[in-house]
Amino acid sequence: MLVLENVDAHYGKSHVLHGVSIEVRAGEVVGLLGRNGVGKTTTLKAIMGMARRTGGRITFEGRDLQGVPPHGLAGLGIAWVPEERRIFRLLTVLENLRTGLDRRGMTPARREALLEKVYAYFPILKERRNQAGGTLSGGEQQMLAIARAMVLEPKIILLDEPTEGLMPRMVAQIQEIVHALHRDGVTILLVEQNVPLTLDAAGRVYIMEKGTVRHHASAAELRADQRVIHEYLGI
Amino acid sequence: MDQIIIQTLHGLVNGMVLAMVASGLTLIFGIMDIVNFAHGDLLMLGAFVGASVLGVTGSYWLALIVAAVVIAILGALLQITTLRPLIGRDPLTTILATFGVSLVVQKYALWQWGPSVRQISEPVRGDFTLFYLQYPWYRIVTALLAGLIIAALWLFLKYGKYGIWIRATTQDRVMAQAMGIPVPLVYTAVFAIGSGMAAASGVLFGPFAGVTQTMGFDFTLRAFIVVVVGGMGNLGGSILASIFVSLLESYASILVSPAQAVIVSFVVLVLTMLFRPTGLFVPTPK
Amino acid sequence: MSTAAISAVQPRTRAAGYWTAFAIVVALLLVAPLVLPPFWQRFVTEILIWGLLAMSSDILIGYTGMVSFGHSAFFGLGMYGAAAALLTVKPPSLGLAMLYGLVAAGAVAVFVAFFATRLRDIYFAISTLVFSQIFYVIIFTWTEVTGGENGLTFRQPRLSILGLWSDTFTPTTFHWFVLAVVVSSYLLVRRITQSPFGMVLQSIRENEPRTRAIGYHVERYKIVAVMLSGLFAGLAGVLYAMQNKFAAPDFVFFVVSGEVVIYNVMGGMGTLVGPFAGAAFFLLLREGLSRFMPEYYLIPVGIIFIIMIIFLPQGLLGFLRRRLNT
Repeated sequence: MLVLENVDAHYGKSHVLHGVSIEVRAGEVVGLLGRNGVGKTTTLKAIMGMARRTGGRITFEGRDLQGVPPHGLAGLGIAWVPEERRIFRLLTVLENLRTGLDRRGMTPARREALLEKVYAYFPILKERRNQAGGTLSGGEQQMLAIARAMVLEPKIILLDEPTEGLMPRMVAQIQEIVHALHRDGVTILLVEQNVPLTLDAAGRVYIMEKGTVRHHASAAELRADQRVIHEYLGI
Repeated sequence: MDQIIIQTLHGLVNGMVLAMVASGLTLIFGIMDIVNFAHGDLLMLGAFVGASVLGVTGSYWLALIVAAVVIAILGALLQITTLRPLIGRDPLTTILATFGVSLVVQKYALWQWGPSVRQISEPVRGDFTLFYLQYPWYRIVTALLAGLIIAALWLFLKYGKYGIWIRATTQDRVMAQAMGIPVPLVYTAVFAIGSGMAAASGVLFGPFAGVTQTMGFDFTLRAFIVVVVGGMGNLGGSILASIFVSLLESYASILVSPAQAVIVSFVVLVLTMLFRPTGLFVPTPK
Repeated sequence: MSTAAISAVQPRTRAAGYWTAFAIVVALLLVAPLVLPPFWQRFVTEILIWGLLAMSSDILIGYTGMVSFGHSAFFGLGMYGAAAALLTVKPPSLGLAMLYGLVAAGAVAVFVAFFATRLRDIYFAISTLVFSQIFYVIIFTWTEVTGGENGLTFRQPRLSILGLWSDTFTPTTFHWFVLAVVVSSYLLVRRITQSPFGMVLQSIRENEPRTRAIGYHVERYKIVAVMLSGLFAGLAGVLYAMQNKFAAPDFVFFVVSGEVVIYNVMGGMGTLVGPFAGAAFFLLLREGLSRFMPEYYLIPVGIIFIIMIIFLPQGLLGFLRRRLNT
């Protein structure tokens, strides 16, 4: 569904991605592991058209993403949950969701249904729906960020470090949500530093180091033999 | 004492008109970081268009609406041709570009309508009696209209679907794009709205002092001042600041000539920039 | 010339090329008043004066990265300062006119410099705009001192050197005087911008926080930059006053500042020579177009300006430079 072939990317003058090749098939949960600063987030940004791609190709459902304007990606079915969550702080929870709900072609009925579904996943958001986004706790903001992506009814969600800075209880909740989304048939590219969660949630895992993909295996293999994990993530 | 009451009314009325102008300016700045030098000149152009429509149809209300719509469209065209190519470049370039537009628009107005002063007659005749003082009705009506339009803008931003898009884009352009919001279109729309409001202000202000092609600059300057004093990008702040500054100026004109009363607003600006650069009415500096 | 050929040219040869071009231009300007009709003679002198003003603005915009719409204030005060000297001290003295003008402009520069260190970017630009308007209003309304709307008229001083020899100016000798002042100013400013001081200014323009982090007292550099800019702008004002024998509030109105910025952009910011080219270009365009449309020449000129901002952001000189380098 989503294919990165030999992608190079630059931030200004620094060459941050070297020949990254990743494939995510429909319905999968694919993990992208690596230490801080190896280029995991940059890879997602390259998909979102936010890093300067200087080599390689990125295709989504066969269509080259080169030349697609940044606001066109949501329409193609790609949703992004960024590392810093990037909640619209001055908008209420409901308004945050409306940025995705009020798309072209949405009828009031569909909007209602979608909203109810999202509230079912995240009851706390329903409770806080008229509160400003900036007043939510870290965990609640993460849920809002995921809910906001879900509301786009995406074909694939790019999830960037959803458990960063969260308490263990919240981490478990996020894990549950990833499972639930997977069951619902949503494809997910999960960037994480939390190894156990990734190995549990993902089917296949890529490991990055210094701006390139170093290893690629199924989660099962990596669970069985922890040496690779030790080598690249030093855990 | 009479003077004080009259000047208070003047200040409030002028403040409301200025608030309308400043709203457009602060909206444009807040969302795309553009200091629109041509804002006052769009106001001026709107006043001329309004005067012409009034001359042809005799209807003040039609003049108001047509002027706003025409200049809104012009604003959109301007943004697409001269400002969109400059996105991402040094902010200095947009100030210069809008300055260039300001020059062209001023001279264009001179060319189209000639140097003589145009008139926009008052929408409502007669005076309003407050105690024993007379004050023209149309000025009160103007202030009310301005207030209504600003309220409509506020409601649109708060509850409208596109209002949410505008607010989201203002807060986080990149995330808004990721949500599928067509940001370039939002920019154009906001510029159009700002321009339309400026034009409407021009028609509203027309009966006060006649329509000339230099009337714009005064508004541009005052609007800049008010937007900075109110906190750049802060809609509520710029409205409060407009009224505050206009009141001060009106009171000052009791003591000095109107030309010199303008210095009051300059002083307020300078003090604000020195001591509360994020805006006088912004609670805490962020 | 191919890139290879250019890079093969030694720095010394390139400098020689520059100085040759410079000498040619100065020579042309020296000869100008002798061969041109009176109108164009004055025109060239005016280009020099406006160019000086634009160059002073370039110190701030092009080198330090501070946009100022306040140069009309420096210019205007230089003008009125000179007027004050020429009206109050008899016989009118050239030296005093320059002194008063520079002091007046310098005082304003100190005022502006104070704000330069506290405000950044847009806020600084807006405040300089406001200042020039404040001075405009003061000058316009303080009729007793400044002559208000009508300004002041006075006589041109005599050219005197150290009180030893004096003579009245002819348009030609005045032109040479202006040329001398402008050329020396240019050389002085050039020296300054190429010195370590100038390098720091450019570093402030490129990345102010980093410059501060390295340890430079950015405030002090900005103050000096504003003072320099203001003094040379005031000097231009003095020259203008002496050429035209009047001072008027119109020149303090911010549009003059705006036009100065236009000269900078059209000619090329950060080049020092660019502002002169920009001034010449703009004034020639205006002259040419006002034959056909005296009232509305600003419409095509404004449009050309906008187009240049979008497509030729480096100005005419930047464009030429790139052409010569490829």
